[in-house]
Amino acid sequence: MRVIVGEGSCGIAAGAGKVYSALEEILNGGASFELGITGCIGMCFLEPIVDIYDGEDLAARLVHVSAEDAERIAEAAQSGSFAGIRDLVIAEDDASFLSQQTRIALRNCGIIDPTDIESYKARGGYQALEKVLKTMTPEEVIEVIKVSGLAGRGGAGFPTWFKWNAARDSKGEEKFLICNADEGDPGAFMDRAVIESDPHNLIEGMLIGAYAIGASEAIVYVRAEYPLAIIRLENAIKQATEAGIIGDNIMGSGFSCKFRYMAGAGAFVCGEETALIESLEGKRGMPRLKPPFPAAAGYQMKPSNINNVETFANVAWIINNGGEAFAAMGTEGSKGTKVFALTGKVRSGGLVEIPMGATLRHVIFDIGGGIRNDKKIKAVQMGGPSGGCIPESLLNTVIDYKALSATGAIMGSGGMVVMDETTCMVGMARFFLDFTSKESCGKCVHCRIGTRRMLEILTRIVEGNGQEGDIELLEELCNAIKDGALCGLGQTAPNPVLTTIKYFRDEYEAHIIRKQCPAKECVNLLRYHINPEKCKGCTMCAKKCPVQAISGEVKNPHEINQNLCIKCGQCITLCKFDAITAE
Amino acid sequence: MCDCKDEKGKALDAVLDEYGRDKGSLIGILQKTQDIYGYLPADVIYSVAAQTGTTPAKVMGVATFYTQFRLEPVGKYLIMLCKGTACHVNGSDRIEAAITNELGIQNGQTTEDGLFTLKNVACLGCCSLSPVMMINEETFGSLTPDKAVGILNDLRNRKEEQA
Repeated sequence: MRVIVGEGSCGIAAGAGKVYSALEEILNGGASFELGITGCIGMCFLEPIVDIYDGEDLAARLVHVSAEDAERIAEAAQSGSFAGIRDLVIAEDDASFLSQQTRIALRNCGIIDPTDIESYKARGGYQALEKVLKTMTPEEVIEVIKVSGLAGRGGAGFPTWFKWNAARDSKGEEKFLICNADEGDPGAFMDRAVIESDPHNLIEGMLIGAYAIGASEAIVYVRAEYPLAIIRLENAIKQATEAGIIGDNIMGSGFSCKFRYMAGAGAFVCGEETALIESLEGKRGMPRLKPPFPAAAGYQMKPSNINNVETFANVAWIINNGGEAFAAMGTEGSKGTKVFALTGKVRSGGLVEIPMGATLRHVIFDIGGGIRNDKKIKAVQMGGPSGGCIPESLLNTVIDYKALSATGAIMGSGGMVVMDETTCMVGMARFFLDFTSKESCGKCVHCRIGTRRMLEILTRIVEGNGQEGDIELLEELCNAIKDGALCGLGQTAPNPVLTTIKYFRDEYEAHIIRKQCPAKECVNLLRYHINPEKCKGCTMCAKKCPVQAISGEVKNPHEINQNLCIKCGQCITLCKFDAITAE
Repeated sequence: MCDCKDEKGKALDAVLDEYGRDKGSLIGILQKTQDIYGYLPADVIYSVAAQTGTTPAKVMGVATFYTQFRLEPVGKYLIMLCKGTACHVNGSDRIEAAITNELGIQNGQTTEDGLFTLKNVACLGCCSLSPVMMINEETFGSLTPDKAVGILNDLRNRKEEQA
């Protein structure tokens, strides 16, 4: 039998590397089973995950595995009897996280060995490229993509075929195809998962795109914060080059394409395509004025086409299965599937790929298992710093570019951060403005100074110094920035504030007028109290208080000195009698 | 400009050769330069500018634009504390407070013994394990303030054992 350890970044962070080492040691000691790795299956809440395969069939999926379990896993894989590892086998409820999904972009993630090109080929890899190069004209490729309805998965949702066609029609000897893997939206990690778990799928999609537009070089611009993704991509490029899939006269077709990657250096704005191009050229990542669009004058002022990782990850599947099969899924205006990174206060967090048209409620409750600790959902944040918060009352909104935009949020790259009643929405807006004000490149005055002023206002509100008129002032600034910024980052930076004002105005007012934080999260607006009737005088809180703000006699009710208290919350966590509350 | 050809200087030469002294590859050159020196010393910035045919101001502009580049040396352990959305929702502020309280440094600073540097970063992409921090390529997830302090103490003890 084969024992496969899930080694994506999340798995490794949860301890998959140690599990692998322990199994390897047993194997070197003379055990007889095969050991291998795979990427990320997307069930991050169950990591580390180990799969046992009998031939091609998955015999058992083991979850929350630790190095100490290695012996009995090895034993089971050798004997074929799983009695000794029954406690590790995935629960039915958890398995439904995956069985409810439709996987296209992620079809190989967590199944193949991402470090081995043969593993990709065994699942039909590079057949789409061969079909394209040997039997299709570039125009036919673009037509298939047009029929599929594939739209940019980076967030904007622009039709992919249109961009390809524009780049194809552009005049120029040399053209470039660029992949935007600068996944900067905090809360999104599907692009990382694709590169770590299925890098050849990205390469294949890009080569098909390069053929369609007539590019002689393909470049991946990948975030430097993803070291494992870079290692796996580098390895995959090397393997594909050796196999004659990258380089001159690919598969004997006469089509030639160079392929390389560049590691970004940490700047959110580089996710904007013209800023990304500036960065590729070795400059500060500051957006350019459009037009000219990259299709006419992009990298090195030559025709260039830029798509997101997830967009490319769908291409080979579409070529193999036909544009109609892809278009059969989804809604009128949004075709195919979309991958979401489901995180926050949800019970089962991870990667979810589902056909467009599903409701947000379905994703969060049916697939994600609802909210942790039986708390109440308040909102879901979509689209990161460019998106907005969608309240509980709108959770029946379907996943569709237009429907989501109508709420004030956006589809975005697929970050879906769930918030419960303990999350302060003003604090959330402040969090995003803190982010965008730091990440503003500084080119446009409205964005550079406007986001800073908004941050100052939001900061004073959460600190209890909000003034009447602050909400209106924020709205005025929001509109000015939307109008006055050149690029997508600036134009969308006000969205988190606008949506929280729209749906949670009462929370803003509570902070400003009553100096209260309904979610009890803003520490400056809280006071901690010990209920004398519940306190047993165990002294635990007094001993652990980092600033000695709690005093009292043993077995007598304690008190908190409000002048000393820093509201760190340790005492609440410690108290076994629920005697301490924040108000 | 640094004329001395010590080991680091030779390694820098090799990097410049690899990129053909092309200013279009400035980001790659600076990344590898930082790998050699641990940060970007001022004299090296001048040297890179001269060798790639651009100005020190341009190189400095790039070095200060991207968060990855450092103009000062960092401690033995670089703590990258994730301040992404999921980590924020799950309490990364409390983790930061615990770390700054334990080490007596703020974001961007290094402890006096040169052991730890704290740096807040945008998102490490391990959102399902939030709150998360990465210390020298190793990721630690599902943090609590106590757990974070425990990890720092382990690293500190490791150093003492070695000494």
